[in-house]
Amino acid sequence: MLLAAEDAAAEATHAAGWFLTHAWLIPLIPAIAFFVIILFGKRMRFHGAEVGIASMVAALVIAAGTAVQWIRYTGHEAPPVIRSWTWWQSGNVRFGLGQHIDGLAVMALLLVAFISTLVQIYSLEYVRGDRRFTHFFASLTLFSAGMLTMVLAENMVQLILGWEIMGLCSFLLIGHWWEEEANSRAALKAFFTVRVGDMGLLVGTGVLFGLLGTFNIADINAKVAEGGGFSHRTLTLAAVALFIACIGKSGQFPLHTWLPDAMAGPTPVSSLLHSSTMVVAGVFLVARIYPVFHQGLDINVAGQHVNLIAVIGGITVLIAAALAFVQNDIKKVLAYSTVSQLGYMMMGLGVGAWTAAVFHIFTHAFFKCCLFLCAGSVSHTGSHHSFDMKKDMGGLFRKMPVTAWTWLLSTAALCGVPFFSGFFSKDEIIDSAHHNHYTIFWIVGLVGAFMTTAYMTRATYLTFFGQPRGAAAHFVHGDHGDHGDAHADPAVDTHGAHDTHGDVRHSRPLPFAPHDSGWLITVPLIILAALAVVSGYLNAAPFHIEKFHHWVTPKVVEEMVPEGPAFRWLNALPSILLVAAGFAFSLYLCRQVYGAAASAWKGLTRRVAPLGAGHRFLVNKYYLDDLYEKVVVHGIAHPIAQGAYWINQHVIDGIVNAVGIGGKRTGGWVYRNIDQRVVDGAVNGSGAAAQGAGSALRPVQSGKVNQYGALLFSAAAVAALVLFVVNR
Amino acid sequence: MWVNNFLILGAILFCIGVYGVIARKNAVMVLMAIELILNSVNLNLLAFSQMHHNADGNVFALYIIAVAAAEVGVGLSMVLLIYRNRRSIALDELSEMKG
Repeated sequence: MLLAAEDAAAEATHAAGWFLTHAWLIPLIPAIAFFVIILFGKRMRFHGAEVGIASMVAALVIAAGTAVQWIRYTGHEAPPVIRSWTWWQSGNVRFGLGQHIDGLAVMALLLVAFISTLVQIYSLEYVRGDRRFTHFFASLTLFSAGMLTMVLAENMVQLILGWEIMGLCSFLLIGHWWEEEANSRAALKAFFTVRVGDMGLLVGTGVLFGLLGTFNIADINAKVAEGGGFSHRTLTLAAVALFIACIGKSGQFPLHTWLPDAMAGPTPVSSLLHSSTMVVAGVFLVARIYPVFHQGLDINVAGQHVNLIAVIGGITVLIAAALAFVQNDIKKVLAYSTVSQLGYMMMGLGVGAWTAAVFHIFTHAFFKCCLFLCAGSVSHTGSHHSFDMKKDMGGLFRKMPVTAWTWLLSTAALCGVPFFSGFFSKDEIIDSAHHNHYTIFWIVGLVGAFMTTAYMTRATYLTFFGQPRGAAAHFVHGDHGDHGDAHADPAVDTHGAHDTHGDVRHSRPLPFAPHDSGWLITVPLIILAALAVVSGYLNAAPFHIEKFHHWVTPKVVEEMVPEGPAFRWLNALPSILLVAAGFAFSLYLCRQVYGAAASAWKGLTRRVAPLGAGHRFLVNKYYLDDLYEKVVVHGIAHPIAQGAYWINQHVIDGIVNAVGIGGKRTGGWVYRNIDQRVVDGAVNGSGAAAQGAGSALRPVQSGKVNQYGALLFSAAAVAALVLFVVNR
Repeated sequence: MWVNNFLILGAILFCIGVYGVIARKNAVMVLMAIELILNSVNLNLLAFSQMHHNADGNVFALYIIAVAAAEVGVGLSMVLLIYRNRRSIALDELSEMKG
């Protein structure tokens, strides 16, 4: 197998270009940059940011070259470009590091490198003057290295390596401002919740190895797709275990609770890690070894209407979209929206719409990244570091035109308004669910589209329209100079002022008017918004464009999943109508509830008990957090902690004391017997022995050369005799 | 069979040399005896080299001749210095190294 792989690699090297065979440089450059930043960053002119950005640009250039060559290369239906080096070897099992470059990897590499570059440029302005500026860039760069490593992983072990690096960086970046306890708690929560899922990754990889005898991703896919020779039940077990990891990483129900809390991190982090790249790692894993899930969970088998992936995805779509309605924090709306969109991707994979789901990863990254960066821009120069839509925003449309327009374009893409990118990807998922006879999930998708439009309309209305409130309203006209001063002064602009959620009290008018951010922020926004509009045209079914499908979908998957549905406007009509209905319904509701005029809708949840209960249920996030923290964590961790305390007091302290007393006694005995008698005796004895031997040998040193010669020769003669006798 | 002759000759030379080193008092004679020992070894090497049709022995012999020349040069200069200091080259009188 190894030899075959080497041959294939050599052949592929011949056919593929330089970039395809050297794609392994893409994660390597940021990895090296991380060490440079962490070691030398503080002494540099821009405190290490220049190294981070330069490494991301270099990775982006190579990724772009790889993409171009891959597109040329797919012209002749070639296999993936696989290269591998031995990392370590244990018996016959080889653990490699390498690259597995196919359409999926190229797409993800380009995406991650591109978004990382833009987010790092944006961060240059956003976290300027932060006390841990260098560490921030170091972590961002390491994160990119981890994600890129995972994306081009040649085997499962390398994939786990990248996966865990991302988990670590996520922890570091969510807790970037750890002085506030809420932030460090959020970081811990994210880390541990994802760890719960990661157990599944280790178990699943182990089971797969036991089943197929390989960690190699290409081999796993090929063997599973071929079928036969292994137990189907074990494969199902492996698929379920691996899917648990994906649930944790991609924030699927019921482990989605960490993702909204992860918004405690700086906004660029939310944008890069917790919306557009890291959280799609779970979806990416499912797409990467899709045959395992497809065969293991019997997806697309005739007569199947429900399977694990689709159910989890479908539930996630709906519950997250419902939660997005009751959030006041603009970033949390976007966080739940991310969860919901990840649900769409999972659902797409669950119903066999591989290309549509992966395409949704692609388009979602652009518009969701843009939305988060818009939210950051609003808080940066619009609402004085607040993210509370109800208290500190409103009426910003005219004051921040660039931010507002990019937000609107991205929102349109997210909602799936026709001819924006989200329409092409999301609609294809919904359409495929119908086409592949998963009727329940078709309905779920349609309801989800309605809810998505409704909550995004609400967020847009609260942020950019209506009456200015709080920080957005309190400003002194034409006093821009003051604002600049306040920002230049590091004592004023410390971390504590950033991202405080909700409870900022503004007792005095703020010394600046809301205005658009600097070009370091707006340029990434404009680029991303442009892509949010046009990226959908890579795979636009209504116009019979299938470039993305042609470039990205691997052969092994293509042969497995059913043919995608033919696009018909009639099939797209329900979702378009629901999007329009969601928009109209939500706009009406917003105008009534948040508008100036008195309305019967106001205070409805307080007056009507069932509605109030529903609202409370949503505000408390279905009580899942309470369930996890109070029941699971207290139930399990408290007895363990108490037991540990008891053991600490009684067993360990007892042992420690006993060891101490025993040690003291042993020490005394050792001094008296060993040190005084044995050691000292040995030292004195060896001195006396040397003296005696010296005086005994003295006569031999006669000083007569002839005598020395005689001794030499007789010794040589004796030695020769011994040699002769021994060899005989 | 013929190689035995060389080996016997070499052994005789070696014994003469050893006798010279041990019994002679004159330092120059001792140096000459050492030369005999070395050349007996050379003879062995050359004999075996011929026997095995292998040039390695010849090479070694050449090395030994070169080293012996150097050794005689150093030895004679030492003898000369000893003579200058003590007006004698009798080895049994040189017992300053007695322990």
